[in-house]
Amino acid sequence: MTIRPDPDYDVPAYRSTVLRAPHRPLVPLAHEPTERHGPAFGHLSIDPLDADLTRWRPLGERIIVTGRLLDEGSRPIAGQLVEIWQANAAGRYAHAADQHDAPLDHNFTGAGRCLTDRDGRYRFVTIKPGAYPWANHANAWRPAHIHFSVFGRAFTQRLVTQMYFPGDPLLDHDPIFLSVRDERARHDLLARLDLDTTEEGRALGYHFDVVVGDHLT
Amino acid sequence: MSTTPSQTIGPFFRIGAAWMDTPHVVPADSADAIILTGHVLDGAGVPVSDAMVEIWQADRQGGFPPDWQGFGRCFTDDEGRFAFLTVKPGRVDARQSPHIDVSVFARGLLQRLVTRVYFPDEEDANSADPVLTSIEQPAARATLVAVGTPPDLRFDIHLQGDNETVFFVY
Repeated sequence: MTIRPDPDYDVPAYRSTVLRAPHRPLVPLAHEPTERHGPAFGHLSIDPLDADLTRWRPLGERIIVTGRLLDEGSRPIAGQLVEIWQANAAGRYAHAADQHDAPLDHNFTGAGRCLTDRDGRYRFVTIKPGAYPWANHANAWRPAHIHFSVFGRAFTQRLVTQMYFPGDPLLDHDPIFLSVRDERARHDLLARLDLDTTEEGRALGYHFDVVVGDHLT
Repeated sequence: MSTTPSQTIGPFFRIGAAWMDTPHVVPADSADAIILTGHVLDGAGVPVSDAMVEIWQADRQGGFPPDWQGFGRCFTDDEGRFAFLTVKPGRVDARQSPHIDVSVFARGLLQRLVTRVYFPDEEDANSADPVLTSIEQPAARATLVAVGTPPDLRFDIHLQGDNETVFFVY
């Protein structure tokens, strides 16, 4: 088994872990039948418009975010669910608990979803989210990010993560991004500016692959 | 390829996840339905009111046919409470006792936490289950067994503390 690049649970620099990270050692669980299977969503009738977060013309820099859902063996995972959510261009979520004093954009829900195609590919049109302050430490601002939630073919492949933008100076100060200790693994959380995806005069393209563990049968 | 590292779900996931608020794994009028409730609690015993709990399980026969949903998603309320309506799964093989897999996502969890719910009315099967028996301390093992009498089962999830739930890694 390869070593996972995932962060530890107990990362005191990210304050919310202090009372929530388990303290006892995790118990190894073999890939038994329940873990080798997982929910399927191919039957869901997801509106293709749910992948276009710009359809009500929100403010912000229009971007296309696309990539593939793959397993460690580079095999595409087709017909599976990808959910995203993000702040608006001003750094505010359309969520009642977000009290950041930045304007809401009533033309932006900040949420999207789609099923991967037969090559494992997903594609969202959205706007670049803004950075925003949070109470973790003095002058704490989250770097711009898009939350990703993916399902693989198996329960073991379920993954929730965040995609960041290359060159963001806040990355070096963010305890959540830095919770991934290996620098190369952190690089895997960065989207890549992709001029092949860019639509001339309309939207910048970013490429971001999501790789989950192998599916053991 | 290296796997993409996990990151926390954060506090605002409902805007992206609530479209699939599916605490009913089976239709509400199923004759054999069970109600699985519990609270998610932090190390100070405070309810975790911003968690997302997902369950995944076999069907009544212990299988995973393509038309079996087997999946539920629930958001904890102000008391940290979640509730699923489902059925008791069959045995997935000759060794394992009936169980439901659980994922917990929340702000402050940089990865999901994975645990399993076992059933209190399966004492014999539980005592032979390879996952349960791999846990030496009886008190720790007990954190994986729901309490109550079907159809009403309770399974509290303690993220930390004296009653910390057993969590798995694979």
